[in-house]
Amino acid sequence: MLRVDVTKQLGEFSLSASFTSEGRVTGLFGASGSGKTSLINMIAGLLKPDRGVIAIDDEILDDTAAKLHVPPHRRRIGYVFQDARLFPHLNVAQNLDYGRRMNRLMEDPAQHKRVTELLDIGSLLDRRPAKLSGGERQRVALGRALLSKPRLLLLDEPLGSLDEGRKVEILPYLVRLRDEVGVPMVYVSHDAAELRQLATQIVMLRHGQVTAFGGVKVLTVTPPPA
Amino acid sequence: MFEISPTEWTAILLSLRVAIIATLVATPFGIGLAWLLARSDFWGKSVLDALVHLPLVLPPVVTGYLLLLTFGRRGLVGAWLADHLGIVFAFRWTGAALACGVMSFPLLVRPIRLSIEAIDRRLEQAAGTLGAAPWQVFATVTLPLALPGVLAGMVLGFAKAIGEFGATITFVSNIPGETQTISSAIYSLIQTPDGDTAAGRLVIVSIVIAMGALIASEWFARRATQRLHGN
Repeated sequence: MLRVDVTKQLGEFSLSASFTSEGRVTGLFGASGSGKTSLINMIAGLLKPDRGVIAIDDEILDDTAAKLHVPPHRRRIGYVFQDARLFPHLNVAQNLDYGRRMNRLMEDPAQHKRVTELLDIGSLLDRRPAKLSGGERQRVALGRALLSKPRLLLLDEPLGSLDEGRKVEILPYLVRLRDEVGVPMVYVSHDAAELRQLATQIVMLRHGQVTAFGGVKVLTVTPPPA
Repeated sequence: MFEISPTEWTAILLSLRVAIIATLVATPFGIGLAWLLARSDFWGKSVLDALVHLPLVLPPVVTGYLLLLTFGRRGLVGAWLADHLGIVFAFRWTGAALACGVMSFPLLVRPIRLSIEAIDRRLEQAAGTLGAAPWQVFATVTLPLALPGVLAGMVLGFAKAIGEFGATITFVSNIPGETQTISSAIYSLIQTPDGDTAAGRLVIVSIVIAMGALIASEWFARRATQRLHGN
Protein backbone atom coordinates (compact mmCIF):
# COMPACT_ATOMS: atom_id res chain seq x y z
CA MET A 1 0.00 0.00 0.00
CA LEU A 2 1.31 3.40 -1.00
CA ARG A 3 0.12 6.46 0.87
CA VAL A 4 0.93 9.92 -0.45
CA ASP A 5 -0.26 13.21 0.98
CA VAL A 6 2.11 16.00 0.06
CA THR A 7 2.42 19.59 -1.06
CA LYS A 8 5.39 21.13 -2.82
CA GLN A 9 6.05 24.57 -4.22
CA LEU A 10 8.36 24.58 -7.26
CA GLY A 11 8.78 28.16 -8.39
CA GLU A 12 5.39 29.30 -9.65
CA PHE A 13 4.08 25.75 -9.75
CA SER A 14 2.35 24.29 -6.73
CA LEU A 15 1.80 20.59 -6.39
CA SER A 16 -0.68 19.12 -3.97
CA ALA A 17 -1.50 15.44 -4.12
CA SER A 18 -3.19 13.02 -1.82
CA PHE A 19 -4.04 9.41 -2.57
CA THR A 20 -3.73 5.91 -1.18
CA SER A 21 -3.24 3.10 -3.63
CA GLU A 22 -3.44 -0.65 -3.10
CA GLY A 23 -3.15 -1.40 -6.78
CA ARG A 24 -0.55 -3.57 -8.39
CA VAL A 25 0.03 -0.84 -10.96
CA THR A 26 -0.91 2.69 -10.01
CA GLY A 27 -1.07 4.84 -13.13
CA LEU A 28 -0.15 8.50 -12.70
CA PHE A 29 -1.88 10.15 -15.63
CA GLY A 30 -1.54 13.75 -16.77
CA ALA A 31 -0.21 16.09 -19.42
CA SER A 32 3.40 17.23 -19.33
CA GLY A 33 3.74 19.90 -16.67
CA SER A 34 1.01 18.41 -14.51
CA GLY A 35 3.52 17.44 -11.80
CA LYS A 36 3.81 13.70 -12.43
CA THR A 37 7.59 13.54 -12.38
CA SER A 38 7.89 15.80 -9.33
CA LEU A 39 5.44 13.53 -7.56
CA ILE A 40 7.34 10.31 -8.22
CA ASN A 41 10.64 12.04 -7.48
CA MET A 42 9.17 12.72 -4.05
CA ILE A 43 8.15 9.07 -3.69
CA ALA A 44 11.72 8.08 -4.65
CA GLY A 45 13.14 10.55 -2.13
CA LEU A 46 14.95 12.63 -4.77
CA LEU A 47 12.78 15.61 -3.93
CA LYS A 48 11.64 16.61 -0.44
CA PRO A 49 8.01 17.58 0.05
CA ASP A 50 7.35 20.95 1.72
CA ARG A 51 4.68 19.38 3.83
CA GLY A 52 3.10 15.97 4.17
CA VAL A 53 3.58 12.26 4.47
CA ILE A 54 4.73 9.47 2.17
CA ALA A 55 4.47 5.89 3.42
CA ILE A 56 4.68 2.35 2.07
CA ASP A 57 2.64 -0.09 4.13
CA ASP A 58 3.49 0.84 7.73
CA GLU A 59 6.83 2.39 6.99
CA ILE A 60 6.95 6.16 6.86
CA LEU A 61 9.43 7.50 4.31
CA ASP A 62 8.63 11.18 4.62
CA ASP A 63 6.92 13.00 7.43
CA THR A 64 7.64 16.71 7.42
CA ALA A 65 5.92 17.23 10.79
CA ALA A 66 8.36 14.75 12.37
CA LYS A 67 11.25 16.08 10.22
CA LEU A 68 11.65 12.59 8.81
CA HIS A 69 13.15 12.05 5.37
CA VAL A 70 14.53 8.65 4.41
CA PRO A 71 17.23 9.21 1.74
CA PRO A 72 16.72 7.51 -1.66
CA HIS A 73 19.32 4.80 -1.09
CA ARG A 74 17.54 3.53 2.02
CA ARG A 75 14.05 3.43 0.53
CA ARG A 76 14.34 0.26 -1.53
CA ILE A 77 12.31 1.88 -4.26
CA GLY A 78 13.38 1.08 -7.81
CA TYR A 79 13.18 3.80 -10.45
CA VAL A 80 13.11 3.39 -14.21
CA PHE A 81 13.75 6.78 -15.80
CA GLN A 82 12.53 7.93 -19.16
CA ASP A 83 16.13 8.21 -20.34
CA ALA A 84 17.25 4.82 -18.87
CA ARG A 85 20.35 6.33 -17.20
CA LEU A 86 22.48 3.24 -17.58
CA PHE A 87 26.03 3.69 -16.30
CA PRO A 88 28.13 4.30 -19.44
CA HIS A 89 31.34 2.95 -17.90
CA LEU A 90 29.81 -0.42 -17.02
CA ASN A 91 28.62 -3.13 -19.36
CA VAL A 92 25.09 -4.52 -19.23
CA ALA A 93 25.97 -7.33 -16.81
CA GLN A 94 27.63 -4.84 -14.42
CA ASN A 95 24.72 -2.45 -14.72
CA LEU A 96 22.32 -5.27 -13.84
CA ASP A 97 24.46 -6.29 -10.88
CA TYR A 98 24.89 -2.75 -9.52
CA GLY A 99 21.94 -2.69 -7.12
CA ARG A 100 22.79 -6.08 -5.66
CA ARG A 101 26.38 -4.98 -5.02
CA MET A 102 25.39 -1.68 -3.43
CA ASN A 103 22.85 -3.34 -1.16
CA ARG A 104 25.29 -6.16 -0.36
CA LEU A 105 22.70 -8.77 -1.26
CA MET A 106 23.61 -12.40 -1.88
CA GLU A 107 23.87 -13.45 -5.50
CA ASP A 108 20.57 -14.83 -6.69
CA PRO A 109 21.19 -16.71 -9.95
CA ALA A 110 17.56 -17.85 -10.15
CA GLN A 111 16.21 -14.33 -10.05
CA HIS A 112 18.93 -13.11 -12.39
CA LYS A 113 17.95 -15.80 -14.88
CA ARG A 114 14.23 -15.07 -14.53
CA VAL A 115 14.67 -11.33 -15.06
CA THR A 116 17.08 -11.61 -17.99
CA GLU A 117 14.74 -14.13 -19.65
CA LEU A 118 11.64 -12.09 -18.94
CA LEU A 119 13.23 -9.04 -20.54
CA ASP A 120 15.17 -10.91 -23.24
CA ILE A 121 18.46 -9.25 -22.38
CA GLY A 122 20.60 -12.37 -21.91
CA SER A 123 22.37 -11.79 -25.22
CA LEU A 124 23.30 -8.19 -24.34
CA LEU A 125 25.28 -8.86 -21.16
CA ASP A 126 28.74 -8.07 -22.58
CA ARG A 127 27.72 -4.88 -24.33
CA ARG A 128 28.18 -1.28 -23.27
CA PRO A 129 25.09 0.96 -23.04
CA ALA A 130 26.41 3.02 -25.98
CA LYS A 131 25.98 -0.05 -28.19
CA LEU A 132 22.32 -0.65 -27.31
CA SER A 133 19.19 0.54 -29.07
CA GLY A 134 16.73 2.72 -27.18
CA GLY A 135 14.40 -0.22 -26.53
CA GLU A 136 17.24 -2.45 -25.33
CA ARG A 137 18.45 0.29 -22.99
CA GLN A 138 15.02 0.60 -21.45
CA ARG A 139 14.76 -3.17 -20.94
CA VAL A 140 18.17 -3.23 -19.24
CA ALA A 141 17.10 -0.30 -17.04
CA LEU A 142 14.02 -2.29 -16.04
CA GLY A 143 16.13 -5.33 -15.24
CA ARG A 144 18.62 -3.24 -13.27
CA ALA A 145 15.84 -1.77 -11.13
CA LEU A 146 14.19 -5.16 -10.58
CA LEU A 147 17.42 -6.89 -9.57
CA SER A 148 17.99 -4.38 -6.78
CA LYS A 149 14.95 -6.12 -5.20
CA PRO A 150 12.79 -3.05 -4.64
CA ARG A 151 9.51 -3.16 -2.75
CA LEU A 152 8.03 -0.62 -5.16
CA LEU A 153 8.98 0.15 -8.73
CA LEU A 154 8.56 3.64 -10.18
CA LEU A 155 8.41 4.00 -13.95
CA ASP A 156 8.56 7.51 -15.38
CA GLU A 157 7.29 7.38 -18.97
CA PRO A 158 9.57 4.43 -19.73
CA LEU A 159 8.28 4.43 -23.30
CA GLY A 160 8.42 8.20 -23.64
CA SER A 161 11.69 8.39 -25.54
CA LEU A 162 10.82 5.53 -27.92
CA ASP A 163 9.10 5.70 -31.29
CA GLU A 164 5.79 3.90 -31.92
CA GLY A 165 7.40 0.71 -33.21
CA ARG A 166 9.63 0.42 -30.14
CA LYS A 167 6.74 1.10 -27.78
CA VAL A 168 4.89 -1.89 -29.18
CA GLU A 169 8.08 -3.87 -28.66
CA ILE A 170 8.40 -2.96 -24.95
CA LEU A 171 4.78 -2.93 -23.83
CA PRO A 172 4.40 -6.74 -23.70
CA TYR A 173 7.44 -6.91 -21.39
CA LEU A 174 5.76 -4.47 -19.03
CA VAL A 175 2.56 -6.54 -19.03
CA ARG A 176 4.59 -9.67 -18.24
CA LEU A 177 6.36 -7.77 -15.51
CA ARG A 178 3.03 -6.82 -13.95
CA ASP A 179 1.68 -10.36 -14.15
CA GLU A 180 4.77 -12.39 -13.28
CA VAL A 181 6.81 -10.26 -10.87
CA GLY A 182 5.19 -9.43 -7.58
CA VAL A 183 6.50 -5.86 -7.25
CA PRO A 184 3.88 -3.11 -7.09
CA MET A 185 4.48 -0.33 -9.58
CA VAL A 186 3.74 3.34 -10.05
CA TYR A 187 3.57 4.01 -13.77
CA VAL A 188 3.71 7.59 -15.04
CA SER A 189 2.34 8.36 -18.48
CA HIS A 190 0.48 10.93 -20.53
CA ASP A 191 -0.76 8.15 -22.81
CA ALA A 192 -4.20 6.86 -21.83
CA ALA A 193 -3.92 3.83 -24.12
CA GLU A 194 -0.72 2.69 -22.40
CA LEU A 195 -2.30 3.01 -18.97
CA ARG A 196 -5.43 1.17 -20.02
CA GLN A 197 -3.27 -1.81 -20.85
CA LEU A 198 -1.14 -1.69 -17.73
CA ALA A 199 -2.66 0.12 -14.79
CA THR A 200 -5.04 -1.26 -12.19
CA GLN A 201 -5.66 2.10 -10.55
CA ILE A 202 -5.44 5.63 -11.90
CA VAL A 203 -4.42 8.88 -10.24
CA MET A 204 -5.22 11.74 -12.59
CA LEU A 205 -3.16 14.89 -12.20
CA ARG A 206 -3.84 18.29 -13.65
CA HIS A 207 -1.94 21.49 -12.91
CA GLY A 208 -0.50 19.92 -9.78
CA GLN A 209 -3.83 18.73 -8.37
CA VAL A 210 -5.38 15.26 -8.26
CA THR A 211 -8.56 15.58 -10.33
CA ALA A 212 -9.68 11.96 -10.37
CA PHE A 213 -8.83 8.70 -8.66
CA GLY A 214 -10.16 5.21 -9.27
CA GLY A 215 -10.13 2.24 -11.63
CA VAL A 216 -9.01 2.40 -15.23
CA LYS A 217 -12.50 3.55 -16.22
CA VAL A 218 -11.72 7.10 -15.04
CA LEU A 219 -9.59 7.32 -18.19
CA THR A 220 -12.61 6.80 -20.41
CA VAL A 221 -15.10 9.14 -18.76
CA THR A 222 -12.73 12.06 -18.46
CA PRO A 223 -11.60 13.98 -21.54
CA PRO A 224 -7.85 13.93 -22.19
CA PRO A 225 -6.08 16.57 -20.13
CA ALA A 226 -5.38 19.86 -21.82
CA MET B 1 79.12 13.33 -25.52
CA PHE B 2 75.90 11.80 -24.22
CA GLU B 3 77.45 10.25 -21.16
CA ILE B 4 75.34 11.25 -18.19
CA SER B 5 77.50 11.85 -15.16
CA PRO B 6 76.62 10.56 -11.66
CA THR B 7 75.78 14.08 -10.45
CA GLU B 8 73.42 14.53 -13.37
CA TRP B 9 71.82 11.15 -12.69
CA THR B 10 71.32 12.19 -9.07
CA ALA B 11 69.52 15.35 -10.19
CA ILE B 12 67.37 13.43 -12.70
CA LEU B 13 66.34 10.75 -10.22
CA LEU B 14 65.69 13.35 -7.53
CA SER B 15 63.50 15.34 -9.90
CA LEU B 16 61.50 12.23 -10.77
CA ARG B 17 61.13 11.26 -7.13
CA VAL B 18 60.09 14.76 -6.08
CA ALA B 19 57.57 15.11 -8.92
CA ILE B 20 56.08 11.63 -8.48
CA ILE B 21 55.70 11.96 -4.70
CA ALA B 22 54.31 15.50 -5.05
CA THR B 23 51.72 14.31 -7.59
CA LEU B 24 50.69 11.17 -5.70
CA VAL B 25 50.30 12.98 -2.38
CA ALA B 26 48.51 15.96 -3.93
CA THR B 27 46.03 13.89 -5.99
CA PRO B 28 43.65 12.78 -3.19
CA PHE B 29 43.54 16.36 -1.88
CA GLY B 30 43.03 17.59 -5.43
CA ILE B 31 40.12 15.23 -5.99
CA GLY B 32 38.52 16.22 -2.70
CA LEU B 33 38.90 19.90 -3.37
CA ALA B 34 37.74 19.60 -6.98
CA TRP B 35 34.64 17.77 -5.77
CA LEU B 36 33.98 20.44 -3.16
CA LEU B 37 34.36 23.26 -5.69
CA ALA B 38 32.27 21.45 -8.32
CA ARG B 39 29.47 20.25 -6.12
CA SER B 40 28.91 22.29 -3.03
CA ASP B 41 28.04 25.84 -2.30
CA PHE B 42 29.39 27.30 0.87
CA TRP B 43 30.39 30.59 2.31
CA GLY B 44 33.90 31.54 1.19
CA LYS B 45 33.94 29.23 -1.82
CA SER B 46 35.28 31.92 -4.15
CA VAL B 47 38.00 32.76 -1.64
CA LEU B 48 39.03 29.10 -1.49
CA ASP B 49 38.97 28.92 -5.27
CA ALA B 50 41.22 31.98 -5.50
CA LEU B 51 43.56 30.56 -2.86
CA VAL B 52 43.98 27.34 -4.85
CA HIS B 53 44.86 29.34 -7.96
CA LEU B 54 47.18 31.73 -6.16
CA PRO B 55 50.44 29.82 -6.87
CA LEU B 56 49.64 30.13 -10.58
CA VAL B 57 49.76 33.93 -10.51
CA LEU B 58 52.09 34.72 -7.61
CA PRO B 59 55.79 35.06 -8.43
CA PRO B 60 57.21 31.61 -7.57
CA VAL B 61 59.80 33.25 -5.35
CA VAL B 62 56.95 34.65 -3.23
CA THR B 63 55.34 31.23 -2.89
CA GLY B 64 58.74 29.77 -1.97
CA TYR B 65 59.33 32.45 0.61
CA LEU B 66 55.88 31.96 2.12
CA LEU B 67 56.59 28.23 2.33
CA LEU B 68 59.87 29.00 4.07
CA LEU B 69 58.07 31.22 6.59
CA THR B 70 55.39 28.59 7.23
CA PHE B 71 57.21 25.29 6.90
CA GLY B 72 60.76 26.34 7.69
CA ARG B 73 62.48 25.18 10.88
CA ARG B 74 61.18 28.18 12.78
CA GLY B 75 57.97 28.44 10.80
CA LEU B 76 54.65 28.09 12.54
CA VAL B 77 53.73 24.78 10.98
CA GLY B 78 57.29 23.64 10.31
CA ALA B 79 58.36 23.87 13.95
CA TRP B 80 55.28 21.98 15.12
CA LEU B 81 55.75 19.22 12.52
CA ALA B 82 59.43 18.85 13.40
CA ASP B 83 58.77 18.70 17.15
CA HIS B 84 55.71 16.45 17.12
CA LEU B 85 55.97 14.28 14.03
CA GLY B 86 59.63 14.55 13.15
CA ILE B 87 58.80 15.77 9.66
CA VAL B 88 61.27 18.33 8.36
CA PHE B 89 60.80 20.17 5.08
CA ALA B 90 63.48 22.83 5.18
CA PHE B 91 66.45 22.06 2.91
CA ARG B 92 65.27 18.48 2.37
CA TRP B 93 63.96 16.76 -0.73
CA THR B 94 60.58 16.51 1.05
CA GLY B 95 60.49 20.31 1.03
CA ALA B 96 61.13 20.26 -2.71
CA ALA B 97 58.19 17.88 -3.07
CA LEU B 98 56.02 20.19 -0.95
CA ALA B 99 56.98 23.22 -3.06
CA CYS B 100 56.30 21.30 -6.29
CA GLY B 101 52.99 20.01 -4.92
CA VAL B 102 51.82 23.50 -4.00
CA MET B 103 52.95 25.00 -7.31
CA SER B 104 51.31 22.28 -9.40
CA PHE B 105 48.11 22.08 -7.34
CA PRO B 106 46.02 24.51 -9.45
CA LEU B 107 46.91 22.58 -12.61
CA LEU B 108 45.99 19.32 -10.91
CA VAL B 109 42.65 20.52 -9.56
CA ARG B 110 41.30 22.23 -12.65
CA PRO B 111 40.83 19.28 -15.05
CA ILE B 112 39.41 17.16 -12.23
CA ARG B 113 36.92 19.87 -11.33
CA LEU B 114 35.87 20.29 -14.97
CA SER B 115 35.36 16.57 -15.43
CA ILE B 116 33.28 16.32 -12.25
CA GLU B 117 31.17 19.25 -13.39
CA ALA B 118 30.62 17.52 -16.74
CA ILE B 119 29.15 14.38 -15.14
CA ASP B 120 25.43 13.91 -15.64
CA ARG B 121 24.13 14.14 -12.09
CA ARG B 122 21.09 12.14 -13.05
CA LEU B 123 23.36 9.09 -13.22
CA GLU B 124 24.25 9.71 -9.58
CA GLN B 125 20.55 9.96 -8.72
CA ALA B 126 19.96 6.66 -10.49
CA ALA B 127 22.73 5.09 -8.42
CA GLY B 128 21.04 6.39 -5.27
CA THR B 129 17.70 4.78 -6.18
CA LEU B 130 19.58 1.49 -6.68
CA GLY B 131 20.70 1.61 -3.07
CA ALA B 132 24.10 3.30 -3.29
CA ALA B 133 24.95 5.53 -0.32
CA PRO B 134 26.56 8.88 -1.20
CA TRP B 135 30.13 7.60 -0.70
CA GLN B 136 29.34 4.55 -2.85
CA VAL B 137 27.94 6.82 -5.56
CA PHE B 138 31.19 8.76 -5.44
CA ALA B 139 33.36 5.65 -5.62
CA THR B 140 31.41 3.75 -8.27
CA VAL B 141 29.97 6.47 -10.50
CA THR B 142 31.51 9.93 -9.95
CA LEU B 143 35.16 8.94 -9.67
CA PRO B 144 35.24 6.43 -12.57
CA LEU B 145 33.45 8.92 -14.82
CA ALA B 146 35.88 11.67 -13.80
CA LEU B 147 38.90 9.44 -14.39
CA PRO B 148 40.03 11.08 -17.66
CA GLY B 149 40.11 14.41 -15.83
CA VAL B 150 41.95 12.92 -12.87
CA LEU B 151 44.63 11.46 -15.14
CA ALA B 152 44.92 14.68 -17.14
CA GLY B 153 45.31 16.62 -13.89
CA MET B 154 47.94 14.22 -12.59
CA VAL B 155 50.01 14.45 -15.77
CA LEU B 156 49.77 18.24 -15.90
CA GLY B 157 50.65 18.43 -12.22
CA PHE B 158 53.58 16.08 -12.73
CA ALA B 159 54.88 18.08 -15.69
CA LYS B 160 54.65 21.29 -13.70
CA ALA B 161 56.29 19.67 -10.67
CA ILE B 162 59.24 18.36 -12.63
CA GLY B 163 59.90 21.79 -14.12
CA GLU B 164 59.36 23.79 -10.93
CA PHE B 165 62.28 26.06 -10.12
CA GLY B 166 61.55 29.36 -8.38
CA ALA B 167 59.62 28.23 -5.34
CA THR B 168 61.81 25.16 -4.83
CA ILE B 169 65.15 26.97 -4.90
CA THR B 170 63.78 29.70 -2.61
CA PHE B 171 62.37 27.24 -0.08
CA VAL B 172 64.94 24.42 -0.02
CA SER B 173 67.91 25.93 -1.88
CA ASN B 174 70.08 24.04 -4.38
CA ILE B 175 71.91 21.26 -2.56
CA PRO B 176 73.32 18.53 -4.83
CA GLY B 177 71.93 15.14 -3.82
CA GLU B 178 69.25 16.59 -1.54
CA THR B 179 67.35 19.40 -3.24
CA GLN B 180 69.10 19.88 -6.57
CA THR B 181 66.54 18.98 -9.21
CA ILE B 182 67.10 19.02 -12.98
CA SER B 183 66.04 22.67 -13.13
CA SER B 184 68.36 23.86 -10.39
CA ALA B 185 71.19 21.68 -11.75
CA ILE B 186 70.82 23.34 -15.15
CA TYR B 187 70.78 26.73 -13.44
CA SER B 188 74.05 25.93 -11.65
CA LEU B 189 75.68 24.46 -14.77
CA ILE B 190 75.02 27.43 -16.99
CA GLN B 191 76.66 29.66 -14.41
CA THR B 192 79.78 27.45 -14.41
CA PRO B 193 82.45 27.78 -17.09
CA ASP B 194 82.39 24.68 -19.36
CA GLY B 195 79.00 23.71 -17.97
CA ASP B 196 77.28 24.05 -21.33
CA THR B 197 77.61 20.42 -22.46
CA ALA B 198 76.28 19.05 -19.18
CA ALA B 199 73.48 21.63 -19.17
CA GLY B 200 72.65 20.61 -22.73
CA ARG B 201 72.35 16.97 -21.69
CA LEU B 202 69.95 17.84 -18.88
CA VAL B 203 67.95 20.04 -21.21
CA ILE B 204 67.50 17.07 -23.55
CA VAL B 205 66.53 14.85 -20.62
CA SER B 206 63.88 17.39 -19.52
CA ILE B 207 62.47 17.55 -23.02
CA VAL B 208 62.26 13.75 -23.16
CA ILE B 209 60.52 13.54 -19.77
CA ALA B 210 58.07 16.32 -20.65
CA MET B 211 57.26 14.78 -24.05
CA GLY B 212 56.85 11.35 -22.45
CA ALA B 213 54.42 12.77 -19.89
CA LEU B 214 52.35 14.52 -22.56
CA ILE B 215 52.19 11.44 -24.78
CA ALA B 216 51.26 9.29 -21.80
CA SER B 217 48.50 11.69 -20.81
CA GLU B 218 47.07 11.69 -24.35
CA TRP B 219 47.07 7.91 -24.33
CA PHE B 220 45.45 7.65 -20.90
CA ALA B 221 42.84 10.25 -21.77
CA ARG B 222 41.95 8.46 -24.99
CA ARG B 223 41.67 5.09 -23.29
CA ALA B 224 39.60 6.50 -20.46
CA THR B 225 37.25 8.27 -22.87
CA GLN B 226 36.82 5.08 -24.86
CA ARG B 227 36.04 3.19 -21.70
CA LEU B 228 33.37 5.70 -20.76
CA HIS B 229 31.71 5.74 -24.13
CA GLY B 230 31.98 2.03 -24.50
CA ASN B 231 33.77 1.79 -27.80
